[in-house]
Amino acid sequence: MSVDVDSGLAVEITGLKKSFGTLDVLKGIDVRVNRGDVVCIIGPSGSGKSTLLRCVNLLEEPTGGKIVVNGVELTDPDVDIDAARTRIGMVFQSFNLFSHLNVLNNLMVAQRKVLKRDAKQAQEVALRNLARVGLSDKVNAMPGQLSGGQQQRVAIARALSMDPDVMLFDEPTSALDPELVGDVLGVMRQLADEGMTMLVVTHEMQFAREVADRVLFMDGGYVVEEGPAEQVIGAPQHERTQSFLARVLDPTHQGPSST
Amino acid sequence: MALSKRQRAKAFRMSQYALLVVVAVVLAFVADWNEIQRSFFNLDIAAEMFPNVITVALTNTLIYTALGFAFGLALGLILALMKLSPVAPYRWLATIYIEFFRGVPALLVFIALSFGVPLAFGLQFDIYSTVMLALGIVGAAYMAETIRAGIQAVPKGQIEAARSLGMSHGRTLLTVVIPQAFRIILPPLTNELILLTKDSSLIYIIGLARDQYELTKFGRETLSRSPSLTPILVVGLCYLIITLPLGHLSRYLERRTGGKKISTPESTGLGVSA
Repeated sequence: MSVDVDSGLAVEITGLKKSFGTLDVLKGIDVRVNRGDVVCIIGPSGSGKSTLLRCVNLLEEPTGGKIVVNGVELTDPDVDIDAARTRIGMVFQSFNLFSHLNVLNNLMVAQRKVLKRDAKQAQEVALRNLARVGLSDKVNAMPGQLSGGQQQRVAIARALSMDPDVMLFDEPTSALDPELVGDVLGVMRQLADEGMTMLVVTHEMQFAREVADRVLFMDGGYVVEEGPAEQVIGAPQHERTQSFLARVLDPTHQGPSST
Repeated sequence: MALSKRQRAKAFRMSQYALLVVVAVVLAFVADWNEIQRSFFNLDIAAEMFPNVITVALTNTLIYTALGFAFGLALGLILALMKLSPVAPYRWLATIYIEFFRGVPALLVFIALSFGVPLAFGLQFDIYSTVMLALGIVGAAYMAETIRAGIQAVPKGQIEAARSLGMSHGRTLLTVVIPQAFRIILPPLTNELILLTKDSSLIYIIGLARDQYELTKFGRETLSRSPSLTPILVVGLCYLIITLPLGHLSRYLERRTGGKKISTPESTGLGVSA
């Protein structure tokens, strides 16, 4: 792979290690994500994929290794992590909308308090992003009044309102009722089409296959296999990838050959 | 005869009602109704207490309680944050403060504050400052633990979301954690307001001028001039005017927040009996 020295790389992770007490969750991860790429991280639970993602905005403090996002080394002890995080959007499995604020204020609060945008500009940005996720009619709703799918789309709009360079998705559809998953994936697909750099931890193999430029398969704290989606999901080389995909795809996969 | 389980339960329940009726009837016969009326329901004495019991006593009780609550809440919030601080000495100081002021009778604190502090430091507070400090210092110790529990009850995901949007630790606390914590602890805080209302009766100890009387002092004053307990009944009812609506408010808030219970042993007790 030809690596454009600085402008082409959005995320560069080198030798990343993370332990919780005596439990080693990440045992040396190297990942590079080019600007505009969509990278899906798949793997069994406990493989460290969420921890990896949470290290990319330092919600988890790495035990070792180096993380550079948009040219800023996050693992530098003197980094202004709050400033760096404004450039990195994060979407959580459990949405985590601020439950005491309505939708508009969820989208405006960080713009106002962190980016110091004035009310007018913040509201403009908020409304634009709310329209992007198709929820313009929910401006004044409280999070508790929305379905899970709507909450997650608001959460995506909230992250986008900070104008991030990179978006991190931590199993964004895992907490959703099946019929609501499509709305969220649709928004994510549209985001990918617009050229957003995305790291997505997901169990949605179909999404990974169709949207991801690259797929990482993680197991036991290592990246076991990586490559284009078609290759990793369609024709996995590694035995562990094969058995994982067999378990994930078979129970639900209604392929033409299965009936 | 063989009663079914349901019939036995019914018979048992009926016997409870019967017992209550018997007790009520016996009490009614034994009681000296004239004496009771004379000592508790003397309307002349009650009438004499008006309007001062409202304009002075009830008003002062409300003012004293509000002052004490406001100061206690502010100090309690600071103590709660200290207790959660990564700076160990802050935690120690907060713990010592809370343990001390929860452990000693409020009356002692009031005495120390009104007599000891002026002697020791040459400071002379006016009545409102003294009351505010006295009630607030004790109330803060209880409220601190409630607020701390509330802060810890805010879901971790809310904090992670705020931090991931670039909010600093302090900004997250101010913008996300504290507003949500207060929603959670509104019911127990209302209870503490009720307890503080009653504790305001203890400030008679600091020596009040006539226009500074709160309800209890006012009641005792009237009592000393009249051969009837009616004043006590009247001021008791005045306390209920304050505390019953607050109690309802607390239960309403609890229902509205989905009955989310914050388990603090303190949520039951500002109560100090003189």
